[in-house]
Amino acid sequence: MSTIPSIPLDVLKPADFASDQDVRWCPGCGDYSILAQIKKVLPKLGIPRENFVFVSGIGCSSRFPYYLNTYGFHSIHGRAPGIATGLKIARPELSVWVITGDGDGLSIGGNHLIHAIRRNLDINIILFNNRIYGLTKGQFSPTSELGKMTKSSPFGTIDNPIRPLTVALGVEASFVARSLDVDPTHLAATLERAARHKGTSFVEVYQDCNVFNHGAYDYAADKSTRPDNVLYLEHGKPMIFGKNRDKGLRLNGLRLEVVQLGNGITEDDLLFHDEAAPDGTLAYLLSQMRYPEFPEPMGVLRCVDKPRYEALAHEQIAQAKAKAGEGKLDDLYGEGDVWTVN
Amino acid sequence: MLELVTQEAKQPFRKRVEELQAVTIRFAGDSGDGMQLAGTQFSISSAIFGNDISTLPDYPAEIRAPAGSLGGVSGFQINFSANPVHTPGDRVNALIAMNPAALKTNLPDVEPGGLVVVNSDAFTKSDLAKAGYTDNPLEDEALNARYRLVKVPLSRMNAEALAGSGLTAKIVDRCKNFFALGLVYWLYDRPLEPTLRWIEEKFAKKPEIADANIRSLKAGYSFGETTDAFAVSYRVAKAKIAPGRYRTITGNEATALGLVTAAKKSGRTLFYGTYPITPASEILHQLSRYKNFGVLTFQAEDEIAGITSAIGAAFGGAMGVTGTSGPGMALKTEAIGLAVMTELPLIIINVQRGGPSTGLPTKTEQADLLQAVVGRNGECPVPVLAAQSPTDCFWTAIEAWQIATRFMTPVIVLSDGYIANGAEPWRIPTEAEIPAIEVPTPQAVPNEQFYPYARNADLARPWALPGTPGLEHRIGGLEKQNITGAVCYEAQNHDKMVRLRAQKVANVAKVIPPVEVSGPPSGDLLVIGWGGTYGAITAACQEVRARGRQVSNLHLRHLNPFPANLGEVLARFKRILVPELNLGQLLLLLRGHFQVNAIGFSKVQGKPFLMSEIEAEILRLLDGE
Repeated sequence: MSTIPSIPLDVLKPADFASDQDVRWCPGCGDYSILAQIKKVLPKLGIPRENFVFVSGIGCSSRFPYYLNTYGFHSIHGRAPGIATGLKIARPELSVWVITGDGDGLSIGGNHLIHAIRRNLDINIILFNNRIYGLTKGQFSPTSELGKMTKSSPFGTIDNPIRPLTVALGVEASFVARSLDVDPTHLAATLERAARHKGTSFVEVYQDCNVFNHGAYDYAADKSTRPDNVLYLEHGKPMIFGKNRDKGLRLNGLRLEVVQLGNGITEDDLLFHDEAAPDGTLAYLLSQMRYPEFPEPMGVLRCVDKPRYEALAHEQIAQAKAKAGEGKLDDLYGEGDVWTVN
Repeated sequence: MLELVTQEAKQPFRKRVEELQAVTIRFAGDSGDGMQLAGTQFSISSAIFGNDISTLPDYPAEIRAPAGSLGGVSGFQINFSANPVHTPGDRVNALIAMNPAALKTNLPDVEPGGLVVVNSDAFTKSDLAKAGYTDNPLEDEALNARYRLVKVPLSRMNAEALAGSGLTAKIVDRCKNFFALGLVYWLYDRPLEPTLRWIEEKFAKKPEIADANIRSLKAGYSFGETTDAFAVSYRVAKAKIAPGRYRTITGNEATALGLVTAAKKSGRTLFYGTYPITPASEILHQLSRYKNFGVLTFQAEDEIAGITSAIGAAFGGAMGVTGTSGPGMALKTEAIGLAVMTELPLIIINVQRGGPSTGLPTKTEQADLLQAVVGRNGECPVPVLAAQSPTDCFWTAIEAWQIATRFMTPVIVLSDGYIANGAEPWRIPTEAEIPAIEVPTPQAVPNEQFYPYARNADLARPWALPGTPGLEHRIGGLEKQNITGAVCYEAQNHDKMVRLRAQKVANVAKVIPPVEVSGPPSGDLLVIGWGGTYGAITAACQEVRARGRQVSNLHLRHLNPFPANLGEVLARFKRILVPELNLGQLLLLLRGHFQVNAIGFSKVQGKPFLMSEIEAEILRLLDGE
């Protein structure tokens, strides 16, 4: 029986990743942009289409796998990291992606998210953060700002929001980045770096829910205010932002502070970004910056090399086989005290 | 009461040896006293000697309950016999009690006139108080009249045996379980060699500990030989056992071996995703050693990740397995539904324990049957198998994988604490005698559309694996369109899919063997059981028939779907008795499926049935009480 060969990698293009399903997100949803950028990035990675698997949980973002013509698994609420973990351990050669949201990944699935990240499997976790529950029609999420009025918090929320990047850094993620749905170039570049990173890549994407939380990220999305409210991180470069690139970040004791360049303050006084710093302190400080007190960082906060779970698991197997030889069932059955009845 | 005498005062003399058909002994002591170890060693030695055996370990949930307390008592019961045995024994013939608490909690199970050996050194004022004794029971005349009580200053004699070893008093005292074991070996004429070998292997890196344990074991044996506290020793002849190579095996060990076997026989990688839980953890411990078999074990962050990782591995083409006990089963429930909807092969092992909630972690029960059969949201059919004995766990695991892959479905395997921890002799199979499990891997066919939910004659869908060009597809928990697998909310389609999934699981009945009745094929009374009650029910029915009374019995391995001939078999009997370690769960299913006149017989004490309990219930029904 003849079989269908892979699509040659040199001709693979974004359109090859479109599935036959109608995309059913609300018109104007930020998810469309993320889908478009991922379709752009996938053909660049040198991976056959059949080796991609997208795993998701429940929520608007989790419909994502249906819209890609790769292997996909739309699982249950919060559990995508578990499914991705088992898949990656069993099939390390696959490119495994987790698509999740602020509710799916940080509320019901928070436990799985942190454990997947700390194990540092070579998977990519993309968290669409719209700071609201969309699919259940507008309740607050774990990233909603304190006091937010929603259907389930008519008097304003009383729980402190979680900071996704801080959570990831707290479990010592080897790759942590942030991007924005309406900044396609930056988003595509960030996703591509995440995909190429060996280890768990955690990317938070600011995403607009134009139905239940429209404009939540206007300060960062609006081109007129973005330069003053967003800090684009570049490895080895000073941390400068502002419409006129005249503001910077400086370390004052253990705190970050925004300073105006000039009047004796030069670039050399500013913090220089080091995404590869062996300890995550700088990245942690950056992850804590929140509008309006601070510009919010975009780009790669941390990118370091660490041992990967699935590689270690298979290494142990290889070592055991090298030492003891390929296991024989008959030896296993006869372990311990054996006697013969004639 | 006999007085102890020192060895020097007596010449070794030949004591009387009494032949017995079967003996049930129990080691009991503090949870730190090494009773599980002593019991396990005695079991292996008895099996190697040639007896048939059945064991019942019974230990507290606390790792180290307060020393000397009633709650901290750990026991290990062994029934060894010159005939086939089915249970660990109803009444204890000989109890070895290492402290007052062990005596108090275990004495009620000892037969009148039974042998009770106590470590008299442990009957101190404070330990008596911890056990709630106001007076020393060893001086109780009634107790001495009811049992053959032998007071052995075990701690002291053990310490004397190890004098000059250079070990601390604490370590010396820890060896006393071997002294007790040595004494019991003498008492029942067991060989020392298997235990000597075990000690040498176990403590290969600590020769001084190995040496001490060996000295204690031999000192205990010699004490039995020389003391006149025991005038008689006993011998239980070898049982007539089918020829072959044997070892002892617990249910959890057998489950692990069955899983590795099924993986190899189907050419799939075994992925065991799980979270530690009593009494299922030993399966994980066992499998995590089998690295050179390519076994992947994943200790997940919780029960849910245990099963979802196994589902992910199954999507990737591995043999996905998760194991747990009741509370963990509850947590896995939603994910089992996902495996049903995505129609992926998966094995879920539930080593049942006393419930509900945390319940009785170390005690056995059969109260998760309905949870397994119907305990999910939606119409969510899952084949359910139950192992009936420790060795049967091996074959049940293999059959579960055959069903899972042939029908593309999760399969629930029910074991229980009793068979999971209990041991019996296992005739070791050879790899060659176990048939291969054929599991096809679909490939794309040029110019042919691939449909992930197209079905074969069994109604199974194809197991298409990521990495296969041309078979890219998406699955998930939303309702699927028939054949294409696309998301579909349409009314008629849902109706169709619900029925297809139900029919697919019902089709399993076409490949499972018909039930067989032991005893008369029809009649007044049929006793029907499932799972770990096999031994007690079988023994009870054999006993009743041996008395010339008519009773039949059958044991179910397949709880969903039931074997195809079950209804017809049930109809041949006037009355049906269903003994269960729950309040009537199989009973409910049988009444519901077959509208039969079934009578329940329940026990929910965290303990297996005694053979005599079932026998009495059968006789009560036969005598029309």
